[in-house]
Amino acid sequence: MKRKDLLGLMQPSAEEIDEILSLGLGMKERLKKNDKSLDVLAGRSAVTLFYENSTRTRCSFELAAKFLGAKVVNISAAASSVRKGETLVDTGKTLDAMKNDFLILRHPMGGAAQLLARTVTAHVVNAGDGMNEHPTQALLDMLTMRENFGKIAGLKVAILGDILHSRVAKSNLYGLKKLGAEVSMFAPATLMPGGLERMGAKVCRSREEAVEGADVVMGLRIQLERQKSGNFPSLGEYARYYGVNEDVMKYAKPGALIMHPGPVNRGVELTCGLIDGDRSRIGDQVLSGVAVRMAVLSLLGKEE
Amino acid sequence: MIFKHAEAVLPGGIKRCDVRTENGIIAEIAPEIEGEGIDLSGLTLFPGLIDMHVHLREPGFERKEDIESGCRAAVKGGFTQICCMPNTDPVTDNKVVVSYIKARAKEVGLCKVHPIGAITKGQQGQELAAIGGMKAAGAVALSEDGKSVANTRLMANAMLYASDFGLKCLCHCEDAYLSDGGSVHEGLYSTLTGLKGVVRAAEDIFIAREILLAESLGLPVHICHVSTYSGVQLIREAKARGVRVTAETCPHYFTLTDAAIADFDTDTKVNPPLREERDRLAVIEGLKDGTIDCIVTDHAPHHEDDKNVEYEQAASGISGLETSFALSYTGLVKKGALTLQDLAEKMSGAPAKILGLTGGAIAVGAPADLTAVDLKEEWTVDPALFVSKGKNTPFKGRKVFGRVKYTVVDGKIGYEERV
Repeated sequence: MKRKDLLGLMQPSAEEIDEILSLGLGMKERLKKNDKSLDVLAGRSAVTLFYENSTRTRCSFELAAKFLGAKVVNISAAASSVRKGETLVDTGKTLDAMKNDFLILRHPMGGAAQLLARTVTAHVVNAGDGMNEHPTQALLDMLTMRENFGKIAGLKVAILGDILHSRVAKSNLYGLKKLGAEVSMFAPATLMPGGLERMGAKVCRSREEAVEGADVVMGLRIQLERQKSGNFPSLGEYARYYGVNEDVMKYAKPGALIMHPGPVNRGVELTCGLIDGDRSRIGDQVLSGVAVRMAVLSLLGKEE
Repeated sequence: MIFKHAEAVLPGGIKRCDVRTENGIIAEIAPEIEGEGIDLSGLTLFPGLIDMHVHLREPGFERKEDIESGCRAAVKGGFTQICCMPNTDPVTDNKVVVSYIKARAKEVGLCKVHPIGAITKGQQGQELAAIGGMKAAGAVALSEDGKSVANTRLMANAMLYASDFGLKCLCHCEDAYLSDGGSVHEGLYSTLTGLKGVVRAAEDIFIAREILLAESLGLPVHICHVSTYSGVQLIREAKARGVRVTAETCPHYFTLTDAAIADFDTDTKVNPPLREERDRLAVIEGLKDGTIDCIVTDHAPHHEDDKNVEYEQAASGISGLETSFALSYTGLVKKGALTLQDLAEKMSGAPAKILGLTGGAIAVGAPADLTAVDLKEEWTVDPALFVSKGKNTPFKGRKVFGRVKYTVVDGKIGYEERV
């Protein structure tokens, strides 16, 4: 991979994504054997700069960098400080002046990772920017699929939930399409953005249509604040008319996998039976996350 | 002074002639006038351009622009008269601020500056501003600028009360509940960027309201910076049934689409947002068929710090005075949508008529406001060369035709290009 930053999956080629996944699979094998002692980033430093709350993504990046031998510093800025304090550009310049090699950014606004990448010489990894992209989440989803099915090409992936506010759905759409999968999407009309067909998704009118023949069914997190802003009446009504349950899963291929980027609202996006059942890969996705982030950091760091 | 050998865009057609000015007035137009003068051979002479929608930022935001830098940008762009919006600090909602702007512009002495007063006190949408006092101090129109007056009863009262003083309301049209903080047009590119989108209806609903109010009250109204195909159609239909509605648009709405936002360049952030190709074409069609009366810049200069931030945090607006003529000539006349005479009407004649300003035509007895342009000269937009403090333009690097060489205000040369 010949790029300074990983800002999304819109820009990288299928070959680059494939390279990350292949290396990620190897990393995952090591992790399964509890091998955490690589040194490819020994002598380097990484900063996680999180302007939004996150437990798993931040922990996953921190562990990935540490397992590769890098020194890691964590900075969390409350979302409010984005409006009050130092600008992102100035914060980036400061961290750059300290000779950091990697800046891993989580930010509530779309395009923030691009802005930071233009400002600094360090490698920028987008850990989620607003409603734009969350490339490593999509990569870990794809790594999990590839591990289970042996390949991505030809898979049918159904994504259901709050598509409008989901950077995960978009990064998955870009990555999966590039590797030859089909992607169908379903959401309440209030949470479905325009233009998805032109981006290659199959936009569906019902849960059943979306899940029909799917190899993978992915639920997206519903945030309660969306209810308060009038997008749907209640979580109960969401679960009843838009959630994925055992009846809906009858339309999927036998043995279709259940995935979710987490954290899950139990019984809302997916029934508890599906979350905890045999077909769920939600726990396994977490390990894929550490592995694929190790792959991304080592590939970005390699060019030097 | 005599301006010689120009191709002059006159009310009756384009003629090669000499124009003699005396005491700030056009005294004579003839094929050949005896005497020394400025040779305008090869240049086209327009009536002094008028921009009825500009932000000069003074008082209050002098870091972005001040009256002097704004007037320098205006005359460099060929403008002899500009009207400045009231979103200053303090808000231009009383005669003191109106008088200050007029006095400061007179000191600067580059072009004519006409303040526009706020419709409500502090632009807060609660009580009428001091409309009579502002008119007495020299305000030429009213505008809530940057937002609509949400309370329809108050807006109706504003139109009625303003009519007693011969003032029109210039309406920024936006349903703030619907736009809800969105920063780009809602469509493919809002989905691609994940930036919160604004549907056309957020603009159209208030265009329709202002039209219906004007129709119901039998009063005139002016719609600011039309950007949607559906808004153009609302205005077209209203004009057809006799509503006294006029409308403006800006070069960015007939030049760019929302595709320009794809890499998060905050210089593309403007309100209303850049829309789709069908909107761009409809705006051009509206200019062609007279639905849209005039071209304004909505010149909105910002400091670099207001733009070098996250897209959603960035200030809205484009620094437009120094590119407006070239973009309009290149995008409309060279493409065959408008004639040179149409362009003179859209950028000078119509704004004068809408606001009742003197000027707007090259005619004996009119103010000696003239803009001489080399239409053949191609140049590249380089914000570093702007005299405005606002370097924020999505047109950086774009090649355009039409270079302003002289701007003459009341018979005096306000700008002369020095190479």
